[in-house]
Amino acid sequence: MPERSLSPDLVACARRLPWLRRLGVQLARVLLALLVGGLLGTALVRMAPGYGVDQEELDSRLSAESLAALRQAHAGDGGIARSYLHALVCMAHGDLGVSQSLHMPVRALLAERFPETLKTIGQGLAVGWLGGLSLALLAVLRRAGPVDVAASLLASALLCVPAAVMALLFVMAQAPGRLAVGLIVFPKIFHYAKNLLARSAELPHVLTARAKGAGAARVLLRHVLPVAAPQLLALAGVSVSLAFAAAIPVEALCDLPGIGQLAWQAAMGRDLTLLVDLTMLVTVVTLLANGAAGLAQPMRGGVR
Amino acid sequence: MKTARMAAIAFLVALAMACLLTRWIARASYAQQFRDTPDAAPSSQHWLGTDDLGRDRFARLVYGTQVSLLLAPAAALAATLLAAVIGGAAGFVGGWLESGVMTATDLFLSLPWLFLLITVRAFLPLNVSPEASAAITFGLLGCLGWSAAARVICADAKMLRNSEMVLLARALGCGGVRLFWRHLAPNLRPVLLAQFWISIPVFILTEANLGILGLGVAEPLPSWGGLLRELEGCTLFSAQPWMFAPLLLLVATVSSFHLALPQKEGWA
Repeated sequence: MPERSLSPDLVACARRLPWLRRLGVQLARVLLALLVGGLLGTALVRMAPGYGVDQEELDSRLSAESLAALRQAHAGDGGIARSYLHALVCMAHGDLGVSQSLHMPVRALLAERFPETLKTIGQGLAVGWLGGLSLALLAVLRRAGPVDVAASLLASALLCVPAAVMALLFVMAQAPGRLAVGLIVFPKIFHYAKNLLARSAELPHVLTARAKGAGAARVLLRHVLPVAAPQLLALAGVSVSLAFAAAIPVEALCDLPGIGQLAWQAAMGRDLTLLVDLTMLVTVVTLLANGAAGLAQPMRGGVR
Repeated sequence: MKTARMAAIAFLVALAMACLLTRWIARASYAQQFRDTPDAAPSSQHWLGTDDLGRDRFARLVYGTQVSLLLAPAAALAATLLAAVIGGAAGFVGGWLESGVMTATDLFLSLPWLFLLITVRAFLPLNVSPEASAAITFGLLGCLGWSAAARVICADAKMLRNSEMVLLARALGCGGVRLFWRHLAPNLRPVLLAQFWISIPVFILTEANLGILGLGVAEPLPSWGGLLRELEGCTLFSAQPWMFAPLLLLVATVSSFHLALPQKEGWA
């Protein structure tokens, strides 16, 4: 049937269908990862030899009976599958449980801490992307020039510093800790962006544009960047995951009250409920970021 | 670049030798306390001074290097072997196994593995020995760090499966197991070596992060992460410069691992 015989609404809907299908696939992927990640996290923790062991057990004055009573009190209320299903049902009702170490509902803790982490990650990613992409662009424009050499050396040096040490250095210099996230993601963004842009700059159509006398800026903006854009978008999704991983040491050491610090406190306090909830939350956020980056690619392709 | 690579390899060889000769290089045990001289400055007796418990910092650095540099490659080997089995089998067999393994790998890669790592690390027994805590920490790194390598190995195994060489071997009647061991495995060796080499600095850095957060190797056994924890509470200008020795050694080692890798295997 020719397209013009359909109503405009139907045509618009049909055009949107591939995008909607991809959206559906991405959401199903998030849901699957959430279920698998939750099950994996719960199973790993429940099978860990220290599960159900409390610090009180280190008290040498306790008798064997007291230790057994303590273990019984801290042991789970069933097998892995049962406790996981119970947690899922509670989660479906909006109940994320109560933190055993902080004695507060996890939902309230997340509502309080998550905006702080979003701020930390947002500022860190802005710094990382601004520095990484602009230096990568400069490096590709002037190959083997001083900017390329200096930026490559800086990125390589930063890549060798653990995230926690970077956070400690920021604390020692009394600099804003949020910027540490930027410096942690910067080298990865710079290296990948530079390689992607350099590869795109060697494509035949770019060489033709250069041969025809197009200026460096025009070649970069009109011919190199559009080719590298889908992969740069994918890199943007991955950088969210990198920033979340960096948030744990940065927030814990720079005393930023976000979910990274909460995860560290939960790990130190052996708080299973909070740790599994946090892992699942961060999984969902990173998957959504990756999914959004993936969805943006065909949309761009459609425009072209 | 070649000179830098040779220098990096020489540095790593020297460090590996130092790890083997720890007992002769360190002038004291890592746990020995010099109670008369806590927090001492560097001297002829204590080259990097002593910590707040009076332990010789140089001896702790040497033993910490040994712990990190012996266990990180062991964890990398475990992760690479896991990746080789999972990725290699998926790429070689193909079909539903490949799809299943790749979906699982994608999902595993989506998990924030530092969160997962601290979750699992937090639930280990409280009364394990320091040696067991070191083995557990690096063991966990090995068990959780296979997924990225598995993807690369699967792609290479798939390429080999469809190569003319394997097609010829099949046509000559070569069976599955023989095909895998005689034709696929030897050709996967370079990529396995590259993945192994890439994983070592990653695991060294992850252990350092865990150690600084107090979730790494237990005291009194030193590791780079545990030694870097001493920097907590210092200010940039008041800190004693010798306290940065573990950081300098860590950065030099990780850079050497990056430099020693042939360029094509790096940030491709």
